[in-house]
Amino acid sequence: MTAAQTGYSIPDLPAELPFPHRHLLGIQDLSPDEIGYLLDLSDHYAEYNRARGPKLDLMRDKTLINLFFEDSTRTRTSFELAGMRLGADVINIAVASSSIKKGETIIDTAMTLNAMHADALAVRHNNAGAVKLLSEKVNCAVINGGDGSHEHPTQALLDALTIRRRKGHLQGLLVALCGDVAHSRVARSNIYLLQTMGARVRVIAPPTLIPPAMERLGVEVFTDMRAGLEDCDIVMMLRLQRERMQGSFVPSVHEYFKFYGLDYDKLQHAKPDALIMHPGPMNRGVEIDSDVADDIDRSLIREQVEMGVAVRMACLDVLTREGPVAAQ
Amino acid sequence: MTGKVAYINARVIDPASGVDHAASPSGGVLTDGETIVAMGPDIFNGGRPAVADIIDCEGAVLAPGLVDMRVDFCEPGAEHKEDIESGSRAAASGGVTAVVTLPDTDPAIDDASVLEFVARRAREVKLVKVFAYATVTRGGNSDEIVEMGLLKGAGAIAFTDGRTAVANAKTLSRALKYAQAYDALIVQHAEEPSLSAGGVMQSGELSTRLGLPGIPREAETIMLARDIALTRMTGGRYHAAHVSTAAGVECIRQAKAEGLRVTCDTAPPYFALNELAVGEYRTFAKLSPPLRSEEDRQAVVAGLADGTIDCIASDHFPQDQEAKRLPFELAEFGAAGLESLLTLTLELVHNGHLELKDALAKVTSAPSKLLGLPTGRLYSGAPADLVIFDPERPGRIEPDKFVSKSKNSPFDGRLIQGTVRRTVVDGRTIFNADSTG
Repeated sequence: MTAAQTGYSIPDLPAELPFPHRHLLGIQDLSPDEIGYLLDLSDHYAEYNRARGPKLDLMRDKTLINLFFEDSTRTRTSFELAGMRLGADVINIAVASSSIKKGETIIDTAMTLNAMHADALAVRHNNAGAVKLLSEKVNCAVINGGDGSHEHPTQALLDALTIRRRKGHLQGLLVALCGDVAHSRVARSNIYLLQTMGARVRVIAPPTLIPPAMERLGVEVFTDMRAGLEDCDIVMMLRLQRERMQGSFVPSVHEYFKFYGLDYDKLQHAKPDALIMHPGPMNRGVEIDSDVADDIDRSLIREQVEMGVAVRMACLDVLTREGPVAAQ
Repeated sequence: MTGKVAYINARVIDPASGVDHAASPSGGVLTDGETIVAMGPDIFNGGRPAVADIIDCEGAVLAPGLVDMRVDFCEPGAEHKEDIESGSRAAASGGVTAVVTLPDTDPAIDDASVLEFVARRAREVKLVKVFAYATVTRGGNSDEIVEMGLLKGAGAIAFTDGRTAVANAKTLSRALKYAQAYDALIVQHAEEPSLSAGGVMQSGELSTRLGLPGIPREAETIMLARDIALTRMTGGRYHAAHVSTAAGVECIRQAKAEGLRVTCDTAPPYFALNELAVGEYRTFAKLSPPLRSEEDRQAVVAGLADGTIDCIASDHFPQDQEAKRLPFELAEFGAAGLESLLTLTLELVHNGHLELKDALAKVTSAPSKLLGLPTGRLYSGAPADLVIFDPERPGRIEPDKFVSKSKNSPFDGRLIQGTVRRTVVDGRTIFNADSTG
C-alpha cells in the first residue's frame, strides 16, 4: 500500500530547505516563514493521519530516542506515535528512573546517546536550558519536548495548527492565556509563536503567577478574568503547576477556581464563538470546569492531542530528512 | 632574598600618599631585601643606580601590589577547585600581592585551629600574603557568635559568614555590638535569603524569557537597609560585600552621609557586565549576587567614581567544570576573578570614570587601610610588595591560560587594555610575564 492510495501524499521537501535549523529548541529562534512552513507540513500530516494513511518510511532505519527527564504520558506518547508513523525505530528512556538518579550528568547522558547513533532526540527536562545544553553535545537532531519553564515549541505549534484549522488564520486573532503563566513553558512558546504570526496575546492570571516584566514580552496583562476575556477569540487555559511552586502562590484551589477557573459564567465575556484550549493534563475543577472542557462545540482539547502527532511528525521529518526526497 | 634591587624607568604611583611621578632612568624604587628603602623621580642622582640588580621597567607603572579583599581559595575542603598554592599563583599572575580568603571552607574558619592551618599553608607556599576572615557565627551558618577576641588574636582580619548572609537580625546586632570590644569589622553578603531563595539570576524580562527563577534587587536593598539600621543602633563597623544595585549604592551613600561606620566594595562583574551576559544560559555568568541591569551597572560605576564604593575585590570564586557544566538552575554560583582584577579595574580608567591613581586606590590602599593590613602602600620602610604593569597594552582575557585551577570567567574572550608584567612580594619576584609561556 502506498500513500497515494489514501488520496494524500506528503510533499517533497523543497531543494532550498525552508527550515535551516539542526534542532528545534524554541519558537523564539524561528521566523514567520519557518513557522508557516512547519504548520503547512503539519497540516498535510494531519490530513494523512485522518485519512488513515499507512505507516511511512521517511525515517526507516532511523532511530528516535525519547529522553524524558520528567514524567510525561501525553507528549512522550505523541512523539512515539509520530516516530512510528514515519517508520522510525523508537526507544523511550525515562531518565527519572535511570542513571540521573545515580549521579550521571546531562553531559554524560549525551555522550552515551552519541554512542548509540540516534538520528533524533525528543527531550524533556525540568530545568530551563537543559535541552539546549544537551543539544550542544550530541550529534543528532534535538527536539525540545519542554525544558523547565522555558519553552515547549511543539506544543505551541500544535496549538497554532489547531487554531488555524478552525479559524482559517492566526493573523489578528485575540488569544487569552489564562492561569499559571509564571511556571508555564507552554505560555512562553505560545506568546512567541502567536505574536510572530500576527495574533494578539493577553495574559490573565493572579498577580503572583505573572512573571516579572511580563508586559515587556508584548502582551496585555489582566488580573481580572472577566475583563481579560472580553473580545477574545481563543481562551487557552494553563495547568496550575503546583509541582514547580516553591512556597505559596495561590492560597487555595477553591479560591483559584472561583476567580480564575474557566466556567460558562466567565466564558460568556469572551466572543460568542470563542474556542477553548488546554495543553493538558487538565486539573478539572481547578483551572477548568468539566462541562466547559467537554463541550464539543467549544472545546478543542481533543483536537489539540490529535494535532500533536501531526506536528511532531512534521518536526521529525524536517529535521531528519536529507534533501528533496519523494515521500513514497 | 637579600641585596638591593633598583626598579627604574617606572611611573611610580602610590595612591595612599598621592605620589605619581613620571618614569625616569635615574629614579624609581629601591628595595633592600624585603623592604622599600628609597623612592622618587631621581633617587640615583641623575645616573644609573650603583646596585647589582637593576630592573628596567621601560615606562610601565609601578604601584603597590594589589590587595584583594575577597577571594576563596577553597582550602580546606574543596581543593579540586582551588587550593592555597594554585590560588596564590593565580593572584601573583594578576598582580595581587595580598589576599583575604573567605572563611566558608570545610571546615569553616570558625576557630583558631583552622585559621592557623591556613596561615601555615600560606607560609609553606610562600607566594602572596594570605590573610583570612573568620566567620561571624559558628559554622558560618548558625546564630552562635564565634570567639571573636581569640580569633582576632590568632590573626583573623575581620568577620564574615562569606557567601551566606547573617540573616537573623538579633545575631547580626549582637555581632556588631560584641565586635566593638576588639574593634573588629563585620563583613556581610547583603542578600535577604528569604527573598532570594530559589532564584538564579536577576529578576526581570530576561529571567521571564529564559524561564528562570529571579532574584529581585530588593533582596540586596532590604538587607542593606536593615543592616544599616542595626549599625546605627549598635555603633558597630559594617562592610557590605559586592554591592550590585543602584538602590544598594544609594543606601550606602546615605549611611556614609549620616556618618555611620559603613563601607562597601564591589567586584568587576558588577561594573563591567550586566544581566545580558547570561545570554542563553551561560553558567559562567551565574553569580551571587546576580548580574544586574544596565542601570544598576551604571550606578555601581558612579558609586566607584564618587567614593561611595570604597574598594574593588575580585570575588574570586573558582568552580570546576563539573559544577558549571549543568543546566543553569543546577550550576554553582561564582566566577574566577583574580587574574582579571587589575585589567578590569583599569577599564574604569580607560573609560574615563576614574583617574588611574583613584582606581588603584580601590585595589590597594583602600582595602588595606580598611582591614588594617601591613601592605598596599609605597614608602620608605614599607614591605616591597609591588606590581609592575603596562596600563595600555592590549590583550584578551583567556581563561584557558589562567593559572587558577578553575577557568570559570564570565569575561572569556573580552578584549582588554593593561597587562601585568611583574609581581613582587617582600622583594621576591613571584611572577614575571617575560619568563612565562
